[in-house]
Amino acid sequence: MAYALQQLINGVALGMIYGLIAVGYTMVYGIIGMINFAHGDIFMVGAFVSLISFVLLSAGGWAAGPGAVLLVLLVSMAITALYGWSVERIAYRPLRGSFRLAPLISAIGMSIVLQNFVQVSQGARAKPIEPIIQGSVELWHGNGFSVSLSTMQIVIVVVTLAVLAIFTWLVTSTKLGRAMRACEQDRKMAGLLGIDTDRTISITFVIGAALAAVAGTLYLLRYGLADFFMGFIVGVKAFTAAVLGGVGSLPGALLGGLLIGLIETLWSAYAGQDMFLLRELNPAYKDVAAFAILIATLIFLPSGLLGRAEVEKV
Amino acid sequence: MTIQRRTLLGASIATPALLSAGGAMAQARGPIRIAVAGPLTGANATFGAQMKEGATQAVTDINAAGGILGQQLVLETGDDACDPRQAVSVANQLAGRQVRAVIGHYCSGSSIPASKVYAEEGVVQISPASTNPRYTDEGSWNTFRTCGRDDQQGAVAGKYIAANFQGKRVAILHDNSAYGKGLADETKKALNAAGTTETIYSAYTPGERDYNALVSRLKAANIEVIYVGGYHTEAGLIVRQAKEQGMAVTLIGGDALMTNEFWQISGAAGEGTMMTFPSDPRKRPTAAEVVARFRARNVDPEGFVLYTYASTQVWAEAAKKAGTVDPRRVAETIKSSGPWQTVLGPMSFDRKGDVTIPDYVFYVWKNGSYAEVGA
Repeated sequence: MAYALQQLINGVALGMIYGLIAVGYTMVYGIIGMINFAHGDIFMVGAFVSLISFVLLSAGGWAAGPGAVLLVLLVSMAITALYGWSVERIAYRPLRGSFRLAPLISAIGMSIVLQNFVQVSQGARAKPIEPIIQGSVELWHGNGFSVSLSTMQIVIVVVTLAVLAIFTWLVTSTKLGRAMRACEQDRKMAGLLGIDTDRTISITFVIGAALAAVAGTLYLLRYGLADFFMGFIVGVKAFTAAVLGGVGSLPGALLGGLLIGLIETLWSAYAGQDMFLLRELNPAYKDVAAFAILIATLIFLPSGLLGRAEVEKV
Repeated sequence: MTIQRRTLLGASIATPALLSAGGAMAQARGPIRIAVAGPLTGANATFGAQMKEGATQAVTDINAAGGILGQQLVLETGDDACDPRQAVSVANQLAGRQVRAVIGHYCSGSSIPASKVYAEEGVVQISPASTNPRYTDEGSWNTFRTCGRDDQQGAVAGKYIAANFQGKRVAILHDNSAYGKGLADETKKALNAAGTTETIYSAYTPGERDYNALVSRLKAANIEVIYVGGYHTEAGLIVRQAKEQGMAVTLIGGDALMTNEFWQISGAAGEGTMMTFPSDPRKRPTAAEVVARFRARNVDPEGFVLYTYASTQVWAEAAKKAGTVDPRRVAETIKSSGPWQTVLGPMSFDRKGDVTIPDYVFYVWKNGSYAEVGA
């Protein structure tokens, strides 16, 4: 029981980060109907901006308190948002109205550009930082197994929920959000009614990138490492989460992220354990498990768990 | 300018033609090419950099002493990023550039497939770091290593764990790579032979950041000693996450943990981590002069730097003795003659291409630096 609780905590903390990134995929897909394959690398850029900011702050003699972390988070969000905006401006806007595959190819190109840019400018090695947020509390002690919840896991859950709450409010209750939803429903019509669609799309990319920067910062704080390739695996997982939850749905992205995080964690936790059929499973196949569930979902629920069924507009 | 360019162009067309015609004269004129190949990018780039430092210094020193057979050496580099497929394409490229010997690769998973290409194309391969037994066990004419083997390393580790952690609960983990799994299996063999059975034997996926699920599993099984067959990044993350979850464990690993990057990743959680590595090559009397030369250039010859230097030396000395750079004859000379005088001391090779006297000892991480156990 204690063991299951511990694994649930592990899975939720991991899933929250996937969810944050998945929101970026989902928002962009919702508004322009393309998968932004460079999003995983925007997440990587966010982690690097935070890493550089932390190094600068500690070189400047700033204590690594909550203030410093918040400052780094804001700096990272701002600079990464600029990257998100530029990617859209350079690689996607000129191709708007072109055939469907063009922006997709352009997105893959942008992903390669960002990876190589960071590899060349920051070096190919994984860059570590000193642990900043440390400590943990022991929640429960049962059967000789103590359930621990680290401060960092609490920070991840709190920050993710707070940030997602703010952006959900932004999308559902502001003028900007209304413009975004209008573009999502019918871009041409929204333009005819006086909405600056290009600007709205740009802002969507900016918001997605800012969320990826939050995820990047949390990831860096949690695992203490950043490298130029880190966006790939995490990006694929977050993309899976977005599809699983239903592309275009904000709560769906978070739900999908949590599910992927939990499936992965629970598979590693229980596969191969000495009970029932689990004995036959191999814990190293956790990604197989996560992607198998994705495939099953797509077969039976093609629009994901919380996605609306696509209506062909005439 | 135009004329010069034309001659250069002419020469570059003429050279391969002459070479394929088997013109020994054409060979004798150009410089002799050798290469260093390893992960210059990717997660193990730190080791590729060590190898490049070692080989560059060795070639500089050999050239300063007049080169070999009256010719200068030119060093090429190849980057395999520890990816077996990239290693094969790098091997083909290097063979295409007519290199006589390759010092490398680093990861066993790269060295083994690359060795097949080198064997076909006629290139001597000396790895300073690939410890998987299969690398030389496959009996190719061209493979050598100046480091030890996993069965030697694993035997030392297994015996040590059985003797020093008696009655403790041991987990053996590996990353499914040729190096990691090889090392974990050899350690398991030695540990079981000494009468200790591990509680958990499991694989993990390299390249991830979150090993908390695995760590909780170890915690639930009350593991006290973790043996990791794998590279420093994952090992550092595993020990860090284990300490975060409140486990009191000792991490033990192989030669891949012998880099300052391990400590940067693990932080204070790395305290007490142990690994097998040959006794510090920097402290050997034969290395003093070369170490001083590295330090003068602000390079710390840690890890595999001196192994790469020694690998280059072995090839150069053997070529001098054989009086040719013909790969098959150099390979034969390395095996039959010797011992070769290197920075690491005298080195001899058996028929398979393994060093005859490997010497693994234990090191321990303390306060951000490592020291030999009991030294």
